[in-house]
Amino acid sequence: MSGDSIVCRCSDLDINEIRGYIDQGYTTVEEIKRLARLGMGPCQGRNCIPIVMRELSIATGKPISEIAAAVSRPPAKAIKLGEIVRAFEEETGGAK
Amino acid sequence: MVKTADAVIIGGGISGAAIAYELLKRGMKDVVVIEKDYIAAGATGRCGAGIRQQWGTEMNCIFSKYSCEAFERAEEELQYEGDIEFHQGGYLMLISTESEMEQMKKNVKLQNSLGIESKLLNLEESKEIVPFLNTEGLLGCAFHQKDGHLNPFHTNQAYANAAKRLGGHIYLYTTVTGIDVENGKIKGVQTDKGYISTKIVVNAAGGYSMQIADMAGVKLPLYSERHQILVTEPVEPILEPMVMSFSLNLYCQQVPHGSFIMGQTGKNEPQDLRITSSWDFLDDMTSTITKVLPPLKNLRLLRQWAGLYNMSPDKQPIYSAVKEVEGFYVAAGYSGHGFMFGPATGTVMAELILGLEPTLPWKQLNIERFEKGELIIEPSVV
Ligand SMILES: Cc1cc2nc3c(=O)[nH]c(=O)nc-3n(C[C@H](O)[C@H](O)[C@H](O)COP(=O)(O)OP(=O)(O)OC[C@H]3O[C@@H](n4cnc5c(N)ncnc54)[C@H](O)[C@@H]3O)c2cc1C
Ligand code: FES
Repeated sequence: MSGDSIVCRCSDLDINEIRGYIDQGYTTVEEIKRLARLGMGPCQGRNCIPIVMRELSIATGKPISEIAAAVSRPPAKAIKLGEIVRAFEEETGGAK
Repeated sequence: MVKTADAVIIGGGISGAAIAYELLKRGMKDVVVIEKDYIAAGATGRCGAGIRQQWGTEMNCIFSKYSCEAFERAEEELQYEGDIEFHQGGYLMLISTESEMEQMKKNVKLQNSLGIESKLLNLEESKEIVPFLNTEGLLGCAFHQKDGHLNPFHTNQAYANAAKRLGGHIYLYTTVTGIDVENGKIKGVQTDKGYISTKIVVNAAGGYSMQIADMAGVKLPLYSERHQILVTEPVEPILEPMVMSFSLNLYCQQVPHGSFIMGQTGKNEPQDLRITSSWDFLDDMTSTITKVLPPLKNLRLLRQWAGLYNMSPDKQPIYSAVKEVEGFYVAAGYSGHGFMFGPATGTVMAELILGLEPTLPWKQLNIERFEKGELIIEPSVV
């Protein structure tokens, strides 16, 4: 992948930034995710985490199957806070 | 992995990293940190990373002021290349009951006497700080500009990198499986990657500190409790301070990147090592926050997660040697405010272990206080 290609569109991170972290010695998706704020956008990392896994596989010489993906956090789709409140109130009639 | 060490610290959270750094800074040589996952994998990387100096006991005011000043210097002192994202937008503490107002008045007086420039605000003044604050049901606010929040991953990493720079060894993805005690003295630490001989072990394992103590045959009067938190999509900056309320049970901040992070204490959180997420939390949190900060209802939820509070009987940390086992030290039980004490934790534990004069009032935080009934009751804790 060439110099400036974007890896994480949600957080605007390019391949150089990711390789920078790998050069500093970080070897797992979990570490890079937190330091670079990668994979934390609305797509929940669906687009960028596979690319990082591939980069880590190249850097460490481990097959991709041995590189752990990041833990996925609920929810899978971004909903508005107000919608959650409304759904909850409809369900319970507003009673708590 | 090294075979011997002057001290082995268990846990690579803010506590373990700060303790390692402060020990090395004071001249200790072979300092080792063992972390079963990665830096900030525990409560540190899951927390709100809010820091406040608005406390109700002199001790907590002193600890948090010391730590705040250390955070202000941290990037420079620790020579960190990244950004720890220290945002000092203040803590706006919402007051909704008469008794809370009384307490806050006392707190502000105490804080002011210790050089913390907090103040009480009426509702109009509060709205100048957060224009979209719904003041219905509120009586006023307490505010201190120098409070704020940091990026916990980078702050933790900054301490870890500084410790490494001073010659410390940090072993990630390495689990402590046993502690070797002979004739009441620490002899070594067993990990899944090898054995290290040492006379000093520091238990900085956060929510797992009871398990680590068990390995040395020591019982800690602590338990862990799940706390949940959520983050929204990033938007333009609209919220300067951390908004927090004891009586309304909430804290909420906008991080420099634009996301809102918020949490509250759940009603029936499990008191074990579970860190799963629940729907209850989403329902309760969203209805609480959209009442107080109505525009937030238009924000999209990105993720929710959970971490462990490590609770002590008086909701204050234990910074202590352990009588029964010479060389075994405990830095745990922060009860939900261990991030903001991080720098103090490093200093206190280094002074304790090296037998130095205390620069902070830590002697009262020893583990014997529970037996003696000398609990330190902080009125203003979440
Ligand atoms: C949702 C939430 C919000 C919070 N908000 C705030 C806040 O706004 N401000 C604040 O000051 N505090 C806050 N806290 C509390 C704060 O997160 C903790 O008090 C603090 O991070 C504790 O740091 P620590 O280093 O002691 O523990 P941890 O960060 O938990 O580190 C302990 C480490 O020990 C490791 N470990 C455990 N067992 C072993 C083993 N056998 N071998 C090797 N390693 C092991 C773990 O992997 C972990 O990384 C919050 C906590 C939660 C859960
Ligand atoms: S592309 Fe990285 S989180 Fe969406």
